[in-house]
Amino acid sequence: MATAHELTPTQYIQHHLHNLTGSVGEGTFMTLHVDTLATSVLMGLFMVFLFWLATRKATSGVPGKWQAFVEICLEFVDRQARDTYHGTSKLVTPIAITLFFWILLMNLLKMIPADFIAKPLELLGVPYWKPVPTADVNATLGMSISVFFLMLFFALRSKGLGGFTHEFLTAPFGKWMMPFNLILNIVEWLSKPISLAMRLFGNMFGGEIVFLLIWVLGGAGIAGMLAGAAFGFGWMIFHLLVIPLQAFIFMMLSIVYLSLSEDSH
Amino acid sequence: MNLNLTLFAQALAFAALIWLIATKIWPPLLKAIEERQAKIAEGLAAADRAKQELADADARVTEEIRKARIEASALIEKAQQQAAAIIEKARVDAIVEGTKQKAIASAEIESMATRAREELRGQVAALAVAGAEKILKREIDANAHKALIDQLVGEI
Repeated sequence: MATAHELTPTQYIQHHLHNLTGSVGEGTFMTLHVDTLATSVLMGLFMVFLFWLATRKATSGVPGKWQAFVEICLEFVDRQARDTYHGTSKLVTPIAITLFFWILLMNLLKMIPADFIAKPLELLGVPYWKPVPTADVNATLGMSISVFFLMLFFALRSKGLGGFTHEFLTAPFGKWMMPFNLILNIVEWLSKPISLAMRLFGNMFGGEIVFLLIWVLGGAGIAGMLAGAAFGFGWMIFHLLVIPLQAFIFMMLSIVYLSLSEDSH
Repeated sequence: MNLNLTLFAQALAFAALIWLIATKIWPPLLKAIEERQAKIAEGLAAADRAKQELADADARVTEEIRKARIEASALIEKAQQQAAAIIEKARVDAIVEGTKQKAIASAEIESMATRAREELRGQVAALAVAGAEKILKREIDANAHKALIDQLVGEI
């Protein structure tokens, strides 16, 4: 843990929570978190590649081991989607699959101690590298806002613009309470993507900070290293639960939201 | 918590991934799964059908066996009757033949006995003659005393 010898623990943690940025225009908004994008796209392509391995030779006869495994995984998600969403859209299952496995893979990167990735890249001249994309609020919000627009799209498709507007203004208190309905619905609709994004981000970011604290401890001599290993192991075991759970919650709530947006009140 | 363009980039990546999954991954896999389900259903139906057919065949076989058994027992009965008839006829024939043979044999015995008696009688007559000859110490004209000898022979 070479950095820990040169930096204070606070600096060490801040260093590891700093994204690698690339500016693409004027102002602070026009920057990209290169590490978040690179790892998330990498994980996305890795996911598609793993699935493609199974589907390139997909057979309706006796499936290979990998195909059987992928089928079990995807059918699990498909079952959740079908149980919750009763509309006609064929897109819900792919959305759910993408969400669950992509978030799962991105969360799993947390299992690699941060320095294992950051140190080699530092030697290559990359100053910052935050390896877990879901611990970046941009990534989680990016997905939840996509889900928000999908909700809008589903609602408009099933109810039409008139029906959607009418429901937005009159539900749940009837047409005489129109302003309250409007406020309530805006809050309801906005709270969904924000809560989705914040839940995942909060869990992953918090877990990341605890991991970093443990790695700081790991930099404090032999005893610290042993303690850090023990605590790191415990926290990893705990995250074995948190990682799929958070991915599952994000997927499940997205399906529920999509399903709700099609139902009329 | 610094929001920036990453958000939209991430949204774009998300959309692209959904597109990939929705077009390249899920449909072929789902198709394979559904085809396999159809195949399995077909296989189960075929198994049921085969079981039914087997039961039918078993019933047919049992029926055939029953018929064959009846036929066989009828044949056996007929054969037994025939055999009995043949034995009866053979017995009757044997009795007839036996009787006939016995008759022939007894006739032969009778004739042989008669002949033997005749012969014996002749020899006894000769012996008597010889005896008498010795007793009388003289020649008896066999022809002269033939009537006497014949009488003697007849008395033996």
